[in-house]
Amino acid sequence: MITNKKPRSSDTDSNYMRDDRTEMSEEDDRSPPSDSIANGSCLTRTCTPGSGSGSGSGSSSIPEYAAPYPDRVLENVLENVLWFLTSRKDRNAASLVCRSWYRVEAMTRSDLFIGNCYAVSPERATSRFTRVRSVTLKGKPRFADFNLMPPNWGAHFAPWVSATAKAYPWLEKIHLKRMSVTDDDLDLLAESFSGFKELVLVCCDGFGTSGLAAVASKCRQLKVLDLIESEVSDDEVDWIMCFPDTETCLESLIFDCVECLVDFDALERLVVRSPSLKKLRLNRFVSIGQLYRLMVRAPQLTHLGTGSFSPSEDVAQGELELDYVSAFAACKSLVCLSGFREIVPDCLPAIYPVCANLTSLNFSYANISAEQLKPIISNCHKLQTFWVLDSICDEGLQAVATTCKELRELRVFPFDAREDIEGPVSEVGLQAISEGCRKLQSILYFCQRMTNAAVIAMSKNCPDLVVFRLCIMGRHRPDHVTGKPMDEGFGAIVMNCKKLTRLAVSGLLTDTAFAYIGKYGKIVRTLSVAFAGDSDMGLKYVLEGCPRLQKLEIRDSPFGDTALLSGLHHYYNMRFLWMSACRLSHQGCQQIAQALPHLVVEVIKHEDVVHMDDYADTLYMYRSLAGRRHDVPQFVSIL
Amino acid sequence: MQRSMAYERHLNLEATELRLGLPGSDEAPEKTSTTPSARSNKRASPEISEESRSKGSSSLSSEVENCEGETAPPAKEQIVGWPPIRSYRKNCLQPRKNDRVDGAGMYVKVSVDGAPYLRKIDLKVYKSYPELLEALEDMFKLTIGEYSEKEGYNGSDFAPTYEDKDGDWMLVGDVPWDMFISTCKRLRIMRGSSEARGFGC
Repeated sequence: MITNKKPRSSDTDSNYMRDDRTEMSEEDDRSPPSDSIANGSCLTRTCTPGSGSGSGSGSSSIPEYAAPYPDRVLENVLENVLWFLTSRKDRNAASLVCRSWYRVEAMTRSDLFIGNCYAVSPERATSRFTRVRSVTLKGKPRFADFNLMPPNWGAHFAPWVSATAKAYPWLEKIHLKRMSVTDDDLDLLAESFSGFKELVLVCCDGFGTSGLAAVASKCRQLKVLDLIESEVSDDEVDWIMCFPDTETCLESLIFDCVECLVDFDALERLVVRSPSLKKLRLNRFVSIGQLYRLMVRAPQLTHLGTGSFSPSEDVAQGELELDYVSAFAACKSLVCLSGFREIVPDCLPAIYPVCANLTSLNFSYANISAEQLKPIISNCHKLQTFWVLDSICDEGLQAVATTCKELRELRVFPFDAREDIEGPVSEVGLQAISEGCRKLQSILYFCQRMTNAAVIAMSKNCPDLVVFRLCIMGRHRPDHVTGKPMDEGFGAIVMNCKKLTRLAVSGLLTDTAFAYIGKYGKIVRTLSVAFAGDSDMGLKYVLEGCPRLQKLEIRDSPFGDTALLSGLHHYYNMRFLWMSACRLSHQGCQQIAQALPHLVVEVIKHEDVVHMDDYADTLYMYRSLAGRRHDVPQFVSIL
Repeated sequence: MQRSMAYERHLNLEATELRLGLPGSDEAPEKTSTTPSARSNKRASPEISEESRSKGSSSLSSEVENCEGETAPPAKEQIVGWPPIRSYRKNCLQPRKNDRVDGAGMYVKVSVDGAPYLRKIDLKVYKSYPELLEALEDMFKLTIGEYSEKEGYNGSDFAPTYEDKDGDWMLVGDVPWDMFISTCKRLRIMRGSSEARGFGC
């Protein structure tokens, strides 16, 4: 039963009521966004919408104003007002009011957010929005991080960089997540945007140090270069040396994921000539002695990634005798600490002076015990974000619960990510956290064993939870005390946590768990399911019950075509649906594709899976204005 | 979890069998009850799936028999992408090549007072103090002498010392060999009667 094809508010250009895209705004003004609107000088701005007379820019608008159309005045006013509207949701809503509002909104949107790079073509996006200063693009679905997507699937930055290079020469910021970026793309970026200020690459790949070198050398206004969990190949180009010799505008330099050596002297000189630098996250090739040298050069840092945090092999005594405590003490503004990639626990006490000010601490690469953690964490009263390895055990988590009353986000990663071992953290740690950290909003918890009781406790103790992601690593593990499925625990979470928008489930789960989610998870937007459920009913409950569902990723669960078809009413409201190793057939996917022409339905074949002809191993489908993409690799078929 | 323990014991027996094939490669895929029967494996890593395809039908049927009685036996095969940890993170947490405690050897620097350059030795090669000391004597052409708890090393000008993980310099031989191995960071053979005597008092 398809009741309503009109999409709800979303973050892509999904205005299906206006299918006629051939009508371009005649005010196709390519001038850079105007800054001088604050004085309310709408009458004299250069960027007034041309009234067709062709004299839109520069001249005094008095002649224009003398004979305006009423809606032109309105548009001027609207333009002024809309500049201040920053929320995407509000802007999308405003653009639906009428054509006039649509045009003005398009002209005044400066931050372009594309949640799925294949939902719209670059040409379409750049022709609608003419004065964009910042572009955010997201590419591959999250399960690609776990090798569930063959390489070279897509999400290429290339068509976007060439379209934006032409459309927005004044572009300042590009933020990419899970995109394939090449060195040529980075070079084109560096060449095309003279005022470029911010490059943030999260979980991207396909480029190397030569691409970074291009950005470093050509983007003279660069303030932010953040490489986060991206794969950077070592082209043996020392990109740090490519920054210009003069003083830089750098405020943030994050390269902790870059797995190649940088020339330390060049890095030190760069830090010295970057007086605005506030965020510096070093990679694991920087030793603690080198860290010291950088810290004394940059005591103004607010965010520090400490690199290896261990002495280098070759340097002798000297490194161990440096006064790390006073180096840390001198960094009075330090609020965020990470790194510790190869930590020597004896060096830990050096960070004591900053503990009391820390709001964010990332120990997720530090194999430390509860005993080693306690003296640190007992000082971290202001901590709001804490990432840690399960090596601290339940005891370490109890210490966190005792002190960190302001904790908002906790992530506990497994040191040993296998399935059938005796894990160091369990329901005991979760329970302790729920009792101590009442303001918790977001949790990611990997463990080997869990109980419903602890999850229920958390649902009651932490009413502010927005994100609840529990990963019981053994597949199909029940409550290890009662032997029952984990249905009641997750049920309590959706029932009691009224603000919950993101949920990831695990352990032994029957359809009952999904019934709970469908019944109570009314604002859930993102749901991750793995090895769960009994039958099609599970998926049906969710698709029929969760009106806000945007992103659904499912693997290895017994949901088939009937379940898939039950979501037809909702798929246009979603960013994407991923289903791998479930019970879908090509035929079922075909039915969806035929019913919903604006949905791109991709079936991905994996080499190592033997399957019968009709079986669809991986389904990835998403709404799109662009239709089927042109860069489809041979292992993908679009139905 | 008795059932899983029993299953694990069962797996261990099989793992110690002498046969050709990857360890753990003939465990049945876990979820035969929930996947469509059309599938022959469950997103196992390529090597394992090839193994199970190449085996004869007789072994396959016995695997199915094993599986039927169990409700959710933990399978030892590597499931792609599970647990959901990025491979970057998994790789970072592997012991590194220069880590102290792995199978690749434990090299420490050895300096001798008065010698122009240092040497490196692999402590893992030796099983006891006498072996180590003999090797050092051999390497540097010197005599170290006999260890005694009370008097340190008598009978020569040389005393072997080591730096432990707290940064302190200790006399070689005081602690059990295994403890020494895990705490020794570098060696220094001290020379000169007065300094060497210092340990003895």
